[in-house]
Amino acid sequence: MNITHYVKAESLEEAYTLNQKKTAAILGGGCWLRLGQQRVGRTIIDLEKLGLDKIEETKNEFIIGCMVSLRRLELSKELDEFTNGALQESLHHIVGTQFRNMATIGGSLFGRFGFSDVLTCFLVLDTEVELYKAGRVSLAEFVRINHDKDIIVRVIVKKTPKVVAYESLRLSATDFPVLTCAVSKDTDDGVVHCAIGARPVKAELFREGQEFFAGGFSAEAIKKYAACVQDSFAFGSNIRASAAYRKDMTGVLITRVLTKIMAGRYRE
Amino acid sequence: MIIQYWINGEKVIGDIAPDLVLLDLLRSKGCYSVKCGCETTNCGLCTVWIDGTPMLSCAVPVPRIEGRHVTTLEGLQKEATEFAQFMGAEGSDQCGFCNPGFVMNVLAMVRELKDPTEEEIKEYLAGNLCRCTGYTSHMRVLRSYLAKRQKKVKS
Repeated sequence: MNITHYVKAESLEEAYTLNQKKTAAILGGGCWLRLGQQRVGRTIIDLEKLGLDKIEETKNEFIIGCMVSLRRLELSKELDEFTNGALQESLHHIVGTQFRNMATIGGSLFGRFGFSDVLTCFLVLDTEVELYKAGRVSLAEFVRINHDKDIIVRVIVKKTPKVVAYESLRLSATDFPVLTCAVSKDTDDGVVHCAIGARPVKAELFREGQEFFAGGFSAEAIKKYAACVQDSFAFGSNIRASAAYRKDMTGVLITRVLTKIMAGRYRE
Repeated sequence: MIIQYWINGEKVIGDIAPDLVLLDLLRSKGCYSVKCGCETTNCGLCTVWIDGTPMLSCAVPVPRIEGRHVTTLEGLQKEATEFAQFMGAEGSDQCGFCNPGFVMNVLAMVRELKDPTEEEIKEYLAGNLCRCTGYTSHMRVLRSYLAKRQKKVKS
């Protein structure tokens, strides 16, 4: 590391201004400092003094400060209940308790990491990110835009009634996932949202394919939907798995997750 | 930059480089139980407590501990010795390299979870890698250690 300036920002404006330098970076939980060959900026901006480490619940939303740790999310009874255990399932395979005590939701989403379990799960919730300059944008849109020098201040999860399930595939426990899969089904209109991550590129949301469920959620419909998702996403190969394997397993995970949702066995 | 912090209850005021990592600071202060095992924030060997919460000291820049209390195995000698006796009795210490991080996380777990299930134990300690034991002897140790703690609490 070659950090020459470490600044504990007194305000978001100060953090934003400092972060406009090419060599500056927001620290978040710091877990990225040793992530492969990532270049650590010379100016590190720490947001911990800004009181952004709280989870608030209103009638319609969960408002999660960017400095909330993954462990706190995992232990939030309210979020666990709202996501019927899916959020917890997406979090508790990530490295270890100590790591999750450090890693923050803001850092996890801002990085738009291909391997991110967190990003995959939040995509199928009705999630927005509040950026300091750009304001609120949907997480699905945020994933598509290029990295810039804005700051995620809060993550907002709308309480749209839905059932959610999550599954990931790993070669060994606590390792990066080979594939991540989250599916939600809106309670009111039955619309299904699906996100597939670690392909190995970052997770994206899939909203198409509703027509397969027009006649109900049968095994045949699930099979057709899974095939449609498989054909819609691009898959790649890396040290953990080949593109063909990922594509095959996408069908398996979607079928598993949707079957869980249909049978009401979310927590299994 | 000059910051104030506590290591094992002892107040320290020091001038530190902005890119100094907590792991290196602790070793420079004689806390040799804290070791770097993986370089990728994965193995759990460098586990310390910051304000009582287990974290990986290899990824904590020292400016972040300003005003905070850091605890290493050196600061928990009595409890660590008691747990180590269980490890010795079950033959689970083996090469011993991962023990300091493992013990730190076990002691954090018993503070956080009352009467944890086997599943909860495995989940809590999943971030402490051991390449000798295969974890079976760790689980034996934990069962006997926790049973003794429960007995103590009841009596």
